[in-house]
Amino acid sequence: MYPDDLKYSKEHEWVRMNGNVAEVGVTVFAQESLGDVVYVDLPESGTEVGQFAKFGEIESVKAVSDLFSPVGGKIVEVNPEATDRPEVVNEEPYGSGWLIKVELSDMAQLDGLMDAASYEATLE
Amino acid sequence: MLSDESQSEITNLKKTVLHATHVESNAKMVPFGGWDMPVQYADGIIAEVRAVRNSAGMFDVSHMGRLEFEGSGAESFLGTILSANMPIIKVGRGKYNFICNATGGIIDDAMVYRVGDEKFLLVINAGNVGDDMDWINPHLRGSSGFTMNVTTNDTAMIAVQGPEAVRIIDSLTGDEASKIRRFRIGEAEVNGIPATLARTGYTGEDGFEIVVAADQGVKLWSTLRDAGVIECGLGARDVLRLEAGLPLHGNDLSTDTNPFEAGFGRFAYFEAPGCISGLALKQLAEQEQKRALVGFKMIGRGIPRAGLNILESGVSDPNDSNVIGNVTSGTHSPTVDGGIGMGYVEQKYSATGTHIVIDVRGRLVEAEIVEMPFYKRG
Repeated sequence: MYPDDLKYSKEHEWVRMNGNVAEVGVTVFAQESLGDVVYVDLPESGTEVGQFAKFGEIESVKAVSDLFSPVGGKIVEVNPEATDRPEVVNEEPYGSGWLIKVELSDMAQLDGLMDAASYEATLE
Repeated sequence: MLSDESQSEITNLKKTVLHATHVESNAKMVPFGGWDMPVQYADGIIAEVRAVRNSAGMFDVSHMGRLEFEGSGAESFLGTILSANMPIIKVGRGKYNFICNATGGIIDDAMVYRVGDEKFLLVINAGNVGDDMDWINPHLRGSSGFTMNVTTNDTAMIAVQGPEAVRIIDSLTGDEASKIRRFRIGEAEVNGIPATLARTGYTGEDGFEIVVAADQGVKLWSTLRDAGVIECGLGARDVLRLEAGLPLHGNDLSTDTNPFEAGFGRFAYFEAPGCISGLALKQLAEQEQKRALVGFKMIGRGIPRAGLNILESGVSDPNDSNVIGNVTSGTHSPTVDGGIGMGYVEQKYSATGTHIVIDVRGRLVEAEIVEMPFYKRG
C-alpha cells in the first residue's frame, strides 16, 4: 500500500527521487478517500512551485481537493495521462498515475517528509 | 490534500436499521441530514450509477421523513400546508408537491400519496424534518378530524431503481408489483415481507420505493441483494437525480426560491381552501420571474460545483465580468460523460442554447444551457 522507496507528506502525496528530480503523486489512501477521480488540473511544465504549495486540483464525482507539492522547485514534466484519463490515478497511484516531476531547489526539503512507516502511522 | 468529512467524529448521528448492513458491505459512511449514511460502496459511485442505468440498484432511504395522516379532516388539512390539489388525488396515487411558507418560499419538496379514502402518506427530506415539523405543528393546533403519526422510525424504506427493477420486484411479489403503475402506490408481499410499494423514485429510472416494518428492513435488503440488485449510496443518488433533472432541496430549492422560478409551477397548486401559501403563490404565479433555474453542460474542461458563479459569456477576467447567476448543483456525469449542472440565471440568459461561463475557482470555463433532463430513459 505504501512503498518503502517513497517519501510521503501529511497531505497524502508521495515523492520518488531520481537524482534531484522528484516524481509526485497521491497515495492509495488519498485515491481511496477521493473515490472515482474524474478530473485532474495540473500546471504547465516550467512553472515554479513552493514546498507544500498548491500546484493543482483533483476532483472526484463528489468533491474537489487541492494538490500540494511535497517538494519545491521547477516543474519539469507533467503527466498528460493523468489529465486525459484521470481514472489512472485510482488504478496506479504509484505508477502511471503520477502527476508532476519537480527539480528540487534544495535537497534538504526531503527532511520534512515521512518514510512509509511514519506515514502509515498517521493514518491510524 | 483531503478534508474528509467521513473522518470527523460526529457521535449524535442517527442510524437507519440498515446501518450495520452498510458497514458490513464496506460502505463509506458520511453524515447526511443528521444521519450516518452510505455515500458509496466498494465499487464506487461511477459503477453504482452504471448499475442503475443498466440493470438495477438500491438505496437505503429510511432516513427520509414519513408522516401518516388519517381521518376525515386529513385531506383538507394537507391542502392547507402543501401545494397539492388533494381532492383530485385518487386512492393509490401519489403527487409531487411543495411545502411553501406564507411568502411562497420552498420549505421542502415532498411526495404525498393517498393510501386509503382518508389516509395519506407524506414523504419529506431527512434534513428538513425539523423545519417541516416547525411549519406543520402550529397549524395542527385548531385542526381536527385526523391524526398525524411520524412513522420514520417504525419503518424502513428502500428504493429499487433501474431498467431491471420492475422485473426483479415482480419476481419477488408473484407479479403483483407491475400492476402498480407509475406514480401509484399499493400493497404486496416482497418475498413474504408485507410491503407498501410506490412506483416512484429519484433517478430517472423506473422502479419502486418500498416501505416495510423496521424489523424487516435488513431482510428486504438481503433479499434484493440476492436477487442481483446492486447496493448504491447517496453519491450515486445525487448524480442520478441531477442527470434526470430532478432538484434537490437545500441546493436547487430553498426558502429563498419559489416554485415558479424553479420551473416547477405545475406542482404549485394554490387554490385549496385555506392554503397558507395560497395567496403568495398566486401572486408569484402572475409575476414575471427575475431568474430561472436552468440546466447546463460544460463545453470546456471542468466540473461545475454548487456555489460557483455563472458569468456572461465572452468575458476574460473574472474580476470585471458580469455575474449573472450561480450554480446550485453540479457534478461529473458518467452517463453524459462530462460536467453537468443546474443553477439560477437572470431570465434573459435562460434560453436553451445560451452560452454561459462558469467561474471554476478563477478558471473560466464555457458552458451551454440545455434542456433538462440530461438523461432520459429509453
